[in-house]
Amino acid sequence: MLNDKGRPTRPETAEMSSSPTFTGNRGLDQEEALIFEIGRAEVSGVDLPAPKGTKSRLGARARKAAPKLPGLTEPEAVRHYVRLSRKNYAIDAGLYPLGSCTMKHNPRLNEKMARLPGFADIHPLQPTSTVGGALELVAELGRWLVEATGMKAVAMSPKAGAHGELAGMAAIKAALKARAADKSVVLVPDSAHGTNPATAALIGMAVKPVPAHADGTVRVDDVKAAIDDRVGAIMLTNPNTCGIFEPEVQEIAEVIHAAGGYFYGDGANFNAIVGKVRPGDLGIDAMHINLHKTFSTPHGGGGPGAGPVVLSERLAPFAPYPFVRMEGGRPVLVEDETAIRAGESPFGRLSAFHGQMGMFTRAYAYMLSHGADGLRQASEDAVLSANYLRACLSDLMTVAFPDHPSMHEVLFDDRFLEGTGVTTLDFAKAMIDEGYHPMTMYFPLVVHGAMLIEPTESESKASLDLFAATLRDLVMAAKRGDTERFTRAPRFAPRRRLDETRAARAPKLRWEAPKPVE
Amino acid sequence: MRYLPLTETDRAEMLARIGVADIDALYADVPAHERLSGLLDLPMARGELEVERAMGRLAARNTVAGDVPFFVGAGAYRHHVPASVDHLIQRSEFLTSYTPYQPEITQGTLQVLFEFQTQVCELTGMEVANASMYDGSTGAAEAVLMAHRITKRRKAVLSGGLHPHYAATISTLSDLADDTIVALAPDPLGAEDVLAAIDGDTACVVVQSPSVFGHLIDLAPIAEKAHEVGALLVAVVTEVVALGAVEPPGAQGADIVVAEGQSLGNPLGFGGPYVGLFATRSKYVRQMPGRLCGETVDAEGKRGFVLTLSTREQHIRREKATSNICTNSGLCALAFSIHATLLGEAGLSRLAMLNHEAAIETAEALANLPGVEVLNDTFFNEFTVRLPVPAAPLVEKLAADGILAGVPVSRLLPGAGLDDLLLVAVTETVTADDRAALVADISAAL
Repeated sequence: MLNDKGRPTRPETAEMSSSPTFTGNRGLDQEEALIFEIGRAEVSGVDLPAPKGTKSRLGARARKAAPKLPGLTEPEAVRHYVRLSRKNYAIDAGLYPLGSCTMKHNPRLNEKMARLPGFADIHPLQPTSTVGGALELVAELGRWLVEATGMKAVAMSPKAGAHGELAGMAAIKAALKARAADKSVVLVPDSAHGTNPATAALIGMAVKPVPAHADGTVRVDDVKAAIDDRVGAIMLTNPNTCGIFEPEVQEIAEVIHAAGGYFYGDGANFNAIVGKVRPGDLGIDAMHINLHKTFSTPHGGGGPGAGPVVLSERLAPFAPYPFVRMEGGRPVLVEDETAIRAGESPFGRLSAFHGQMGMFTRAYAYMLSHGADGLRQASEDAVLSANYLRACLSDLMTVAFPDHPSMHEVLFDDRFLEGTGVTTLDFAKAMIDEGYHPMTMYFPLVVHGAMLIEPTESESKASLDLFAATLRDLVMAAKRGDTERFTRAPRFAPRRRLDETRAARAPKLRWEAPKPVE
Repeated sequence: MRYLPLTETDRAEMLARIGVADIDALYADVPAHERLSGLLDLPMARGELEVERAMGRLAARNTVAGDVPFFVGAGAYRHHVPASVDHLIQRSEFLTSYTPYQPEITQGTLQVLFEFQTQVCELTGMEVANASMYDGSTGAAEAVLMAHRITKRRKAVLSGGLHPHYAATISTLSDLADDTIVALAPDPLGAEDVLAAIDGDTACVVVQSPSVFGHLIDLAPIAEKAHEVGALLVAVVTEVVALGAVEPPGAQGADIVVAEGQSLGNPLGFGGPYVGLFATRSKYVRQMPGRLCGETVDAEGKRGFVLTLSTREQHIRREKATSNICTNSGLCALAFSIHATLLGEAGLSRLAMLNHEAAIETAEALANLPGVEVLNDTFFNEFTVRLPVPAAPLVEKLAADGILAGVPVSRLLPGAGLDDLLLVAVTETVTADDRAALVADISAAL
């Protein structure tokens, strides 16, 4: 079973990797049932006083039957979740080279700061006079982001990168509308993240692709060729998804501006260039910043993220509610039209409250810890580490675009596996057996069997050397025909390969009580 | 720098191996005249102690909810969270893991999501739930777009009991998508006629219960009218603990249920990160936004979990995706799920009734004050009072006395002529002394 990218989605049946045990456990690798199989309706891990049961104002809306939620006592719950946690790979446990995802170390100081009651236990709607310190933190972090990007303003409320894209593109749409410009087409390179075209479509703009050049970059000539009267914006990731800094980014900015359009910069890879060059100086009008990538707020198994979007002077007036404005050195929270001033023209509101405060506190602690000097060093170390891995591997693996230095990540394609019978997926799964999380695979879509490796600045040289040596060993094994090491991998993970086809054909998306036996 | 393992010697060796003279050679594609020569205008690196001092000073300037009598709600609620919740979500393997794209080594996250989805289904009375949205408000906006896709209609009716920030979020996204919104007037009495606004062009009607003013709304007749004309009912819940005591929207005919899940497991945190619950009928699953986790087997035939039905999503479908959402609220969903597991149905029912009874006592005490009127016949743990004076200055005055008395309706609906209304939320964290202080201070201020 293959999808249209040539990626297998259904495993071959495998032999048991070791003789079965009575429990199904394999030492520290313990099986764990679902809470619905081990919990009991009458059990609770929270001791609460009994309600009096004498009064109700629920009227006819009172619940007729309790929700079927099994309970666990605290020792049972702790064991359940600790056992589950041990089935996860994590940055804290090893190198996590997911390209474009920036799995760097998450400093624990940031967790401690986010949990200060003065940040964690304050309500978004308590009087602003009682949250002056919180507003100042939001304003100060915003100022730092504006300084680091060379932009004019920032909208702090977007809740993730894609949400920041939405904010930035909505500001662009509002700016076009304010000029009565009839431009509803967005240029998006083939190498873009899927969120870019999805965002453009979400706000009713049409997507026009721009081809990636053979060297992995976007060329100004191709942009010129794609531009017509209807084009209102371009969305470009820089450094791009191939891990290359776009050499013609300024020329592209000039072309889109000359055509009356705006330049949206996807900031997913901003971590390569902090302190080295500022997107605003390159002509970018809007860019979201993934605080969970560049500024190391934890990924949490899939969020929460945070995606503040910085805006150029031309787009700043359109920043959404709410925002913090400095007045006489004091931060003022602007939540609605009653508080706006001449020249401010927010396009609307993107969520209920003020943004991901819990991520702001972590990013603030990260930026303050690193400082201007440490932030630049972190970018340089990330770029150095990626290029070092590339140098250690380029004789055995095929660098997709060798004509440019890599930024913080290096892209390989699968030409080096030709004739071996090993796919990118097999190679990735074999890395699991070696104790590594695989790299990003099959993305970007512009090269075949993509492998995108981002080591980040958090790895020691010894760690990078061992990783490179491991990949070299795997490549040589593939080349000498030891295909079983790949096609049967992973053998040493909590699960063998999973049947994605079966999951999608007959979706089972929640637990159901077993049918009673007749 | 304590977070950067490379030494100067390492860096020199690595540059030599790469074959470049210095780090700037690797930035060769960056236009030379735009490269920064100096440092950004930011503070310089600081040690842990200095960072703690600086941030501690900022934190100390905020009034902490747990330190004062606290009655603020309107979409975010202060509940007691068991100590084990925060301990467990800080396990490295949950905290520092990525989206479970490699299921063989992320079964922990995936099983949690599968359990979470089932818990959300049970709470809301629905058939299928996703792995979470950013928060309740963004989930509500996505629900409206989903209703447009299902019905091929482009008009949504918003109840006047919907949280105004939710209504604004929905309106913004719908405007961007060139859809039409009909927003009914604010409904502090819980008496609006939403049925009259539903017609044959309506894609969906969005109704919140308990409403932002606290009223419990009978959703069944609204669902019936909507279904008669081929529209959907989107039900919104901003206080998920209510579902321990109140009939779930799924049992009243809702087609999509969106809820803010912050109340379970997650701190107030000044508004985020929170966790949006999103549930619907099985027949609509392929129009759902967001991640879904499903059960399958591995190559040895063992049960396991994977992200599934991803052909709805942006990384596969690009501009044809059901949403641009690329993440969920994983760690907040974990906290929600752990808290729900610790409570169980017995604990959740009890917690809900404790909230309800505390709110009744507070409402009755306030209603006894001269000139103060409680507008609600029904409510869960939050209600609306009409004061003989504007609410916002009163709240400011009480805040200066160290009491956070609630949310003035004018904060949410400025200029709506509802300046004398105050939303008062009462959870299990409110003590009898807190209640007495609130009543005495309001009484003294009138």
